[in-house]
Amino acid sequence: MNDKETMLVQKISDGTVIDHVSAGKALSVLRLLGNPQNREGVTVALVMNVGSSKMGRKDILKVEGVELTDDQVQKLALIAPLASVNIIRSYRVLEKKNAVPPKTVRGVLSCTGATCVSVREKDSISSVFTMASSSPLTYRCKYCGRDLNEQEIASQLG
Amino acid sequence: MGRDAWYGRDVLSILDFSRADLELLFDSADSIVDQPVRTKKSLAGKIVATAFFEPSTRTRLSFSAAALKLGADVIDLSPDVSSLLKGESLSDTMRMLDGYADLIAMRHPSEGAALLASEVASVPIVNGGDGSQHHPSQAMLDLFTVKRLKGRIDGLNYAVLGDIRYARSAASFLYGLARYKPGKVSLVSPESLRPRNEVKDTIKKVGLKTEQHDDLESIIADVDVIYMTRIQKERFPDPNEYEKVKGSYRITKGSLANAKKGSIVLHALPRTNELAYEVDSLPNAAYMKQARFGVPVRMALLDLVLGGAKK
Repeated sequence: MNDKETMLVQKISDGTVIDHVSAGKALSVLRLLGNPQNREGVTVALVMNVGSSKMGRKDILKVEGVELTDDQVQKLALIAPLASVNIIRSYRVLEKKNAVPPKTVRGVLSCTGATCVSVREKDSISSVFTMASSSPLTYRCKYCGRDLNEQEIASQLG
Repeated sequence: MGRDAWYGRDVLSILDFSRADLELLFDSADSIVDQPVRTKKSLAGKIVATAFFEPSTRTRLSFSAAALKLGADVIDLSPDVSSLLKGESLSDTMRMLDGYADLIAMRHPSEGAALLASEVASVPIVNGGDGSQHHPSQAMLDLFTVKRLKGRIDGLNYAVLGDIRYARSAASFLYGLARYKPGKVSLVSPESLRPRNEVKDTIKKVGLKTEQHDDLESIIADVDVIYMTRIQKERFPDPNEYEKVKGSYRITKGSLANAKKGSIVLHALPRTNELAYEVDSLPNAAYMKQARFGVPVRMALLDLVLGGAKK
């Protein structure tokens, strides 16, 4: 973040900073994380639609009081594939995690095909999707071959 | 390789098989057609289960007939009188059958059902149709019919006609053609019955070049194999959409007047009104022979997968 962005939101002492979220996706990311702002002791700051040399425009989230787990970072990558995650303790960056979209996603996404066996038999099996394209991010159902596009993934997870 | 390439394998999609695999199957089916009286019961002691969760005439009966001719016993799961009515999952049902049979031939209305079955069962699964996705043994017998009647599969011009959106037989036939070097492959269908995105992607991925046409008339003089499909009424999410396209294409004696000499008409059957009964008497009509080839091709398939041919 540059000085101008820093001026918008103060540093956090303990928690997570999620940078390089596609502009307009911050609220989806918040929903993906289970709306942590509703929890006692958690403070969330959103910076939306700021300039970015890497992305043009981007969103940033600062979540005070929550450290993202690896599982959450992997899910985050599905709707914010360029995001970088900084775990903060005592105002210092303890760990950096890049949100890399996984090659295979199990049990997280749902197929949109009404007649796909992963939908009809969802009580007994988990969905499995493999990445069909990294840009635009597209996942293909292992069972019926249908694709999920970025919007569909965001609407399921966000 | 050779026969070992088939032994113990699931048959989920024709895309899982190479040209050499298919040629081996066809050679074996040829020998069965040419020597119909078999004294050797190569699958004696084996049990083949049929599990058809969707109506079937030819596929289920020809798998049963094929198994019986090879000396295997056949058990049949009837979904309408089984524990599926009590809400048993497909996974549990297939796990149970896995313990009762040496091979399971199945059909299910959901795409991916055969793949799921193969994940929970240790015995080979033969996909007799899963939703609108795959029907490998149909494509194998379709290609065998072309080879048997036309002498080759390479270099011929094909027209796949009708419901290419939902007909798994059409998609599987196209995937099978991709293993060969066909001439022109034309897809003839109204806009709403053109291939789904995942089928288009697969056709592109396997390197099959196709041309889209709105009518058969303009290309029929150049076509060697006309592959007809029934409009899959049961797979339309909206019945109104079916009403709009039903009867949108039909093969009659008249529509074959300009057909290329020696061309053949295939149809996986059953037919509704898209294929007039008056065509049956024309030399082009090959669909009843095609249906009969279901038994020798499935005999060859069962023999290769269960290893009967190795004895």
